[in-house]
Amino acid sequence: MKAFTVSKAVTALMLAGLVLLPLYSQLSGNIFILTLFTRIVILALAAASLNLIMGFGGMMSFGHAAYLGIGGYAVGMLAQEGVGSGFIQFPVALAASATYALVIGALSLRTRGVYFIMITLAFAQMAYYVASGLARYGGDDGLTVYKRSDFSGLINLSNRTQFYYLCLACLFAVIVLIWRIANSRFGLVLQGLRSNEQRMQAIGFPAKRYQLVCFVISGTMCGLAGALLANNTDFVSPAVMYWTRSGDLMVMVILGGMGTLFGPVMGAVVFLLLEEFLSQITEYWALIMGPLLLLIVLFGRGGIMGLLGRLNRG
Amino acid sequence: MAEPLLRVEKLVRRFGGIVATDNVSLDVAAGELHAIIGPNGAGKTTLISQLTGHLEPHSGSVSLAGRDITYLPAYRRCALGLARSFQITSLLLDFTAADNVALAAQAHAGHSFRFFANARKEKGLRDAAHAALDRVGLLHRAEVVVSRLSHGERRELELAVALASKPKLLLLDEPMAGLGVTESQRMVKLLQELRKEVSIVLVEHDMPAVFALADRISVLVYGRVIASGDPAAIRANDDVRRAYLGDQHVVTHHG
Repeated sequence: MKAFTVSKAVTALMLAGLVLLPLYSQLSGNIFILTLFTRIVILALAAASLNLIMGFGGMMSFGHAAYLGIGGYAVGMLAQEGVGSGFIQFPVALAASATYALVIGALSLRTRGVYFIMITLAFAQMAYYVASGLARYGGDDGLTVYKRSDFSGLINLSNRTQFYYLCLACLFAVIVLIWRIANSRFGLVLQGLRSNEQRMQAIGFPAKRYQLVCFVISGTMCGLAGALLANNTDFVSPAVMYWTRSGDLMVMVILGGMGTLFGPVMGAVVFLLLEEFLSQITEYWALIMGPLLLLIVLFGRGGIMGLLGRLNRG
Repeated sequence: MAEPLLRVEKLVRRFGGIVATDNVSLDVAAGELHAIIGPNGAGKTTLISQLTGHLEPHSGSVSLAGRDITYLPAYRRCALGLARSFQITSLLLDFTAADNVALAAQAHAGHSFRFFANARKEKGLRDAAHAALDRVGLLHRAEVVVSRLSHGERRELELAVALASKPKLLLLDEPMAGLGVTESQRMVKLLQELRKEVSIVLVEHDMPAVFALADRISVLVYGRVIASGDPAAIRANDDVRRAYLGDQHVVTHHG
């Protein structure tokens, strides 16, 4: 357990890189990279939250981007109505996401397998169309957030470095939380249900109750990512909830390694960096990205984390 | 006579036009090992599934220690002291043997909405798991992942999982299925030990094992109990003989 492994070394390097990034940005004067990585860290947080239900809970939710929108709109709508305090905006964003997850989860968890995937997708698309219909809040065009969440001088979200570290701190906090959950009683029940639901029922666990709570925790975490994302772009639109975004999040999780602690972070970093640099080379970047992802998923079962793990053994 | 531990009354379950469980009534007294035998397709697994809550009967009732459990979901029955093993081994393949058993113990040690403390370090749960593994002779394999256990070991693990919930009644669905001769003998020995501690309903094809273990035997043919009694009486019963000689038409006339 304590031994040195390639995957641990790579993970440590990645984390160190994330922590030191603002320093590099400062020294090199490259502001763009800090903006890019703020986005990466926020989406890594969203991917990590999806990994909790997908990787540990075995529930393939295809509507996870809905929470990005709900968290974002909570911030944007409150800002529009003159409530600029982050101490109100963020709790509202989390509570709204949790409530949505509770309702959607309770309905979706009546189904299994491919139906679960379809119903979570359907609900997210519904959220997308509802947001498109909010004429007061920009409708299709989206809503500009003129002022970032105000934390009364505690932290200044308009300062790039401070905002980056806030996002990174949120990501680390969520990962620590998932780590604790994964090994807790709750986490073991969850992973047991992923492995064999019939067996878990037979030894006395009410499956749905545990899965629903997991669904809500995961949705709340992703709502946090949504609130951060709206602050990052100073803008929120229905597009953040579109199903392709949910798909991106799934790809990040699978690419990095489902059911691993740092896999989704790795997946988000690789996915978004690839997207960024390939799109600079050619506008047909998706033609390169697609096969690349296919190769990793085909030959690296368990994603990047799985590949690194095998390197060590091989 | 005291209240039986398990009472099944006039249970009926149909699949389309087929009556898979046809007015089955049986009692299992506390401390008894009650075997259910019958030819293939007699409805044994259907009956067991209704006892465990995986299948709902169309009519009739099941009660455990005087409490009606006919329509309770599986997990609630388990909490009331009913544990089962599966005919086709059903375990958490990617967990260790100890984890499998500890989870069963955890299910009976309060709720599991605990999110922070490491459950693998809860001494009570680990001790219970090790005790149950020891009981079935698997303690030396505690930290092995189930997918690396042999078939025989998995059957024993099924028992350990069932035992860890400290059941009043154990429903064993063909525990010898697929076991070799030596493994079967070990299982019989193990069941002989266990029956001193817990009441058991045993569904089994292995006749020598059944006759060696059972206090009472019920014979199921075409969904009906055609005979019920101690091993000697069952051995001497003409209907049972006919059923096992394959001449099942005769039997249906008796009902």
